[in-house]
Amino acid sequence: MKKEEDLEKNINPDAVGDGIHSIQKVIEPPKHASRPIVKYILIAVSALFLLVMLVIPLIVALVNALGDGWAAYKEAVLDEYTLKALALTLLATVSAVLVNTVFGMFAAYLLSKFYFRGRQALATLIDIPFSISPVIAGLVFILTFGNIGWMGDFLKAHDIKIVFAVPGVILATIFVTFPFVFRELFPVMNAQGNDEEEAAALMGAGGFTIFRRITFPHIKWALLYGVILCTARAMGEFGAVSVISGHLRGKTNTLPLHVEILYNEFNTTAAFAASSILVILAALVLIARNIVEWKRK
Amino acid sequence: MEQQIVKVKNKKGVRVIPGFGLSMGVTLAMLGCLVLIPLASIFISASQLKPGEFLDVVTSRQVVSGYAVSLSCAFFAALINAAFGIVLAWVLVRYDFPGKRLMDGLIELPFALPTAVAGISLTYLYSDQGWIGSIFAKIGVDIAYTRIGITIAMVFVGIPFVVRAVQPVLEKLDRQYEEAALMLGANKLYTFFRVILPELFPALLAGFGLAFARGIGEYGSVVFIAGNIPYKTQIAPLLIMTKLEQYKYADATAIALVLLVISFLLMFLINSIQIYMQRFSKA
Amino acid sequence: MYVEMKHINKTFDGFQASRDVSFGVEKGHLAALLGPSGSGKTTILRMIAGLDRPDEGDILIDGKRVNDLPGSKRGIGFVFQNYALFRYMTVADNIAFGLEVQKKRKGEIKSRVEELLELISMKDLGKRFPHQLSGGQRQRVAFARALAPNPQLLLLDEPFAAIDAKVRRELRTWLREMIGRVGVTSIFVTHDQEEAMEVADQVILTNLGRVEQVGTPEEICLSPQTDFVREFIDAKRFEALMGIEKEEA
Repeated sequence: MKKEEDLEKNINPDAVGDGIHSIQKVIEPPKHASRPIVKYILIAVSALFLLVMLVIPLIVALVNALGDGWAAYKEAVLDEYTLKALALTLLATVSAVLVNTVFGMFAAYLLSKFYFRGRQALATLIDIPFSISPVIAGLVFILTFGNIGWMGDFLKAHDIKIVFAVPGVILATIFVTFPFVFRELFPVMNAQGNDEEEAAALMGAGGFTIFRRITFPHIKWALLYGVILCTARAMGEFGAVSVISGHLRGKTNTLPLHVEILYNEFNTTAAFAASSILVILAALVLIARNIVEWKRK
Repeated sequence: MEQQIVKVKNKKGVRVIPGFGLSMGVTLAMLGCLVLIPLASIFISASQLKPGEFLDVVTSRQVVSGYAVSLSCAFFAALINAAFGIVLAWVLVRYDFPGKRLMDGLIELPFALPTAVAGISLTYLYSDQGWIGSIFAKIGVDIAYTRIGITIAMVFVGIPFVVRAVQPVLEKLDRQYEEAALMLGANKLYTFFRVILPELFPALLAGFGLAFARGIGEYGSVVFIAGNIPYKTQIAPLLIMTKLEQYKYADATAIALVLLVISFLLMFLINSIQIYMQRFSKA
Repeated sequence: MYVEMKHINKTFDGFQASRDVSFGVEKGHLAALLGPSGSGKTTILRMIAGLDRPDEGDILIDGKRVNDLPGSKRGIGFVFQNYALFRYMTVADNIAFGLEVQKKRKGEIKSRVEELLELISMKDLGKRFPHQLSGGQRQRVAFARALAPNPQLLLLDEPFAAIDAKVRRELRTWLREMIGRVGVTSIFVTHDQEEAMEVADQVILTNLGRVEQVGTPEEICLSPQTDFVREFIDAKRFEALMGIEKEEA
């Protein structure tokens, strides 16, 4: 006979102190293992889906990286161009994280602590890079700073190179990760309300003191979480950087672009070896993410 | 996009908290320089195109088929993700089992794994030599370099959007709705489709929309497995890329503009539906 | 006895919610499960409904042991504390839900829904959605939805908790009258003694998972059997209440 599962117990949550001897006791829902067949089928479907869609591709990358043995792997990883690409990836990632953290804190403070016209519109504008194809994100910088761009002549006259150069790679990375920190900070700051800040302001505290002493302690985990997400996306960015980099080996190639070049040269082992660096970085990010999420709770 | 702005109490324009001017200034300056001004370039460039030219580009057979491939594959991928995303969210919220935390952490893998790595791994896996591709090759189904492959890559990048949208809503869902349906004699399946699914629908739609939008714009993980066969597996972002490599900036801009408009319309539509659905939540 | 609880014990993760609970409710009666919060009254209601299972003891409905019968097969209508109206269905669809599940004919469903809408005086509001109703109207819809499949027993969990104090009294009288008219055996949970005394034929007073006393409101007020009952029943308030009722009569 089927017994309906996991039915939640709920003892009169609203009635506190309305009678004598009132006891407050939180009661966990009982975990009945009812209809186990449905449960196990659903878990199996989920596990299979994740296995085929996520885990096996990951294993493929690692297995292929070591496909030609350890020595070949080491050689591919320690290759001059691979290391240069890694350095550029790290530079772009760190820049993006710094810029977007500064932006995220100011913007979240602005939108959560003050009321003004166009607040909602501003929030929507900040989200734009999320819904744009990375290829288009790269394109807009070419149309701005490239030879045909409206700032092209100015840049040429002053001998500044952005497109097909390192600044372009950094700008494109910043663009695609722009809302990441903001989106983690904003809900937390918004939920926190303004009372504490207002109290501090009435006692004469200045803006930076208020932020450092009052606001920041509430958001530090959210900030770290946003930084982690931003890092993950920044170091893996491909489309936008691909458009703007010009694929100059040793100069404007980031690690993901280097992977593409190696792959297109049919140098599969080297491509997967270079990928494995990114996989390891991604794994570290995932672990950090889970630790932070666990700490937040 | 699901985030809702709660009205701040202080509406009268009296600002007690300092820092408004500075944070407004920094926010607008950074947003303007890094996002809005570059983005405006695409509209400036597009405005320099003659309407005839523009139409010629975006209605050419190759470009139309590019849009068709991107939109159809992204749509199917988002549908698949909606189905599996609900199952995954359900399993993660409602059941306890060993390895649950690992499963929960794995969902985020497509966010963390660089798209190019995902792209070459998927291609390798689903090519007719690969572990999975070779099985399907035996029954005469090619996956890599077909639209099936593109769809699979889009499923890969889109799955976290749906799971992470549905999961918190399912966690907060009041069990009374289910109990009420069960007391009225409905079985679990009927209860799920008539009672639980409508409750999850706004979140599911948000996740679907994000996965769909991501699929349309996705480049890195799709480009390898797509194989770039004109009229068959050329996706729209790849067309932009190709035009750029040929220094046809005007063509690239035109294609990008249409793609941009499609994305914005999609987001607008989904936002509107969500705002409409919010009316029901007062009860 | 229509409903009988015999020596029921129930523990949730080490917390004993029911201790040797026994009582009965006569057919056609309206009984109140009264007690302070945490006294285990909601647990009792949920066990009768089949939403929770007792660890020990028997639950009898109409003389049959129903412990192993799922709630939906016990002929019970349940009104939830927050009504749990389906937000994305109209009032009429909410009421029709239990009938549709039974695969009743369309015409039959329609006439039954209309009949119930009339009963709760909401004839013209069938096409509205729950969010377009007042608290009192929502409660009436929840009542009609529970009654639609013709249950033999109606269970109500804190039916007035979510309602404005002003309307509460009015609604109490209304519910009392409706239950009388339909003639369905009913049990409702409340922590408000005034509510229990005013509405119920029979009061089951619970505390710390135990049944302290079962009796008519008068019996409980006039001859409380334990210290707890004496303390819990505010005699003065009861007298005042009776006084008012006498004046009205």
